[in-house]
Amino acid sequence: MSQARDTILGAVREALRRGPPDNATRASLDEKRFDHTRPSQDDDPVERFIRKFESRAGTVGRVATLGDVPAEVDQHRARFDLPKRAAVGNALKALDWPSDWTVHHGAAPIEETLSVSLASAGIAETGSVLLASGPDSPTTHNFVPDDQVVVLPVEHIVRWFEEAWDRLRQREGGMPRATNIVSGPSRTADVEQTVQLGAHGPRRVHVILVG
Amino acid sequence: MEMRSAEFKTRSVFAIHDGGLQKAMGMLRDGFVAKRTVQAAELPEFEQLREEAKNLKNHILDNLDHYLERYEAAVTAAGGQVHWARDAAEAREIILGICHRVGAKIVTKGKSMVSEEIGLNEALIEKGMEVVETDLGEYIIQLADEPPSHIIAPAVHKTKDQVSDLFEEAHGGPRKTTVPDLVNEARQVLREKYFKADVGITGGNYLVAETGSSVIVTNEGNGDLTQTLARVHIVTSGIERVVPRLEDVTLFLRLLARSATGQETETYTTFSTGPRRPDDLDGPQEYHVVLVDNGRSKMLAGRFRDMLRCIRCGACMNHCPVYGSIGGHAYGWVYPGPMGSVLTPLIKGLDNAYDLPNACTLNGRCGSVCPVKIPLPDLLRELRHLQHKQKITPSLQRHALSVWRFAATRPGLYHFGERIAARILAFAGRKKGRLRKAPLASAWTDSRDLPAPSGRTFLEQWQSQRGKS
Repeated sequence: MSQARDTILGAVREALRRGPPDNATRASLDEKRFDHTRPSQDDDPVERFIRKFESRAGTVGRVATLGDVPAEVDQHRARFDLPKRAAVGNALKALDWPSDWTVHHGAAPIEETLSVSLASAGIAETGSVLLASGPDSPTTHNFVPDDQVVVLPVEHIVRWFEEAWDRLRQREGGMPRATNIVSGPSRTADVEQTVQLGAHGPRRVHVILVG
Repeated sequence: MEMRSAEFKTRSVFAIHDGGLQKAMGMLRDGFVAKRTVQAAELPEFEQLREEAKNLKNHILDNLDHYLERYEAAVTAAGGQVHWARDAAEAREIILGICHRVGAKIVTKGKSMVSEEIGLNEALIEKGMEVVETDLGEYIIQLADEPPSHIIAPAVHKTKDQVSDLFEEAHGGPRKTTVPDLVNEARQVLREKYFKADVGITGGNYLVAETGSSVIVTNEGNGDLTQTLARVHIVTSGIERVVPRLEDVTLFLRLLARSATGQETETYTTFSTGPRRPDDLDGPQEYHVVLVDNGRSKMLAGRFRDMLRCIRCGACMNHCPVYGSIGGHAYGWVYPGPMGSVLTPLIKGLDNAYDLPNACTLNGRCGSVCPVKIPLPDLLRELRHLQHKQKITPSLQRHALSVWRFAATRPGLYHFGERIAARILAFAGRKKGRLRKAPLASAWTDSRDLPAPSGRTFLEQWQSQRGKS
């Protein structure tokens, strides 16, 4: 389909009344950085994250160390009477999961009820978590189970999205295949504009802050 | 889909008398419009962001070829493939080709207006594939066999009872009557489809030149299940949706949710970069992007370039009194409301959508809420002008306008005519102060009375008032 490509790029250039940009122009466009306005924030980023995330029906718990995470997950499980099984991202494999649970670290199958994933970042601006796909954090964990628990070390919380992009750029391998920004449980308002949680993705999203 | 914009007037009349539709449209005003007002007020930088978004879009359009090439190179580097489609037919062919090659039987779809624009569903179904829309609103209208009536809330015209009827017929009973039960039923049905799908098709809100990522924004998570679980992910997007860098996506995201649904952010924002990687545990094996021109490069050339800034938020239609009265179906094609009244004639032809630019009161609300400051009223006026020049405007109207122009450019003649008309109308309506019929004004007087003027023109009264003070 290279003919279509040439036609379209040709039509674009004709519309712009010029030929292809020269190398100097291309280089200066590649270097160009827009310094967009960031919405002002004057509150503590961790407090802001909690307030914003909870404002969209998400829930937030806090523990002192990573070692306390399994107990907090079990509390969530018991609260909603979920089966003792979970898809746990490889990043959290080493934690001491209850011995009577069935825990696996693969992709989430259709019958998955609970997942536990480690967030790459929390964004205080909107109260959102950022999950980077990979063997440590399969994308299906974020969408298939009814209940998703996200582990977020407080030092991963940034104020604005821009800081999260810098973290992604510094990652080994750069941009993940899927970068999921999750701001609460799945919802829809497609029937009479009535908000209903649990449209297709998780019905509940619980963030555990660590630290 | 079939183009029915020529039936605009007839369909509008039906829409105004459709009780269910009127009830549903009332909820739109109370919902999106009120929530947007709150969100815009809560962000002091909102106006500044609008200005920056407008300028950024203009910069992108000025350098569109460069950013498209950079984007294509980045997608390829991530293991994906970019396809270029000059028009709707070519886009359909590319997608059918991919589906055929991978032996697709079930195709799931996240919400994509470009796929509506290119008439994709019909083409896939014709080739024997099962096509499943997964956005709840799109799923509802697919069951109803209707086009979307709103670009972000496609089933906004449906009441809960109508959805209950549709689900009962499609899924078998027992009939669900509450919103939670209806949503849950769709959830169960669609869950099976995600896991069985061979190809998942989504739109692309933004295409990031820096990283080769396509971005979708949803509240339901349906787009993510669609693109994660199918063997092959195909993105359909317009060529104007490319942005240079991740920071530039952020600028638009800060405006999009607030303008669209009146939320600070939608629930899910996802950047997809290429297919499954060697150590990935899930994700599609193939990743394709179909870049669709379909009239866009032509728009870039002329006075309608501003329209290419559109980020498809729907704020213009939410705030349009005409859309609010008749809903989206009357517009007869894919894009309704003010943005649709500009896009439809430009993509489908000025003569095929004559009524759309004319069904506007030029009240200006659409332009004042547009997050990228598209001067929609000006563009609509410009389309009327083109219709007039190309003699698409009915000849009676053109002649009437010529007469009016003759008079309006001669103030003495114009004011003389006004004084005569004001006195005749005042005399005719002297008893009740209003007129049940007036020549050339039946469109008004058929449904309501015309208030009679006082007998003296505004200018006469102004001059006599000034004399007094």
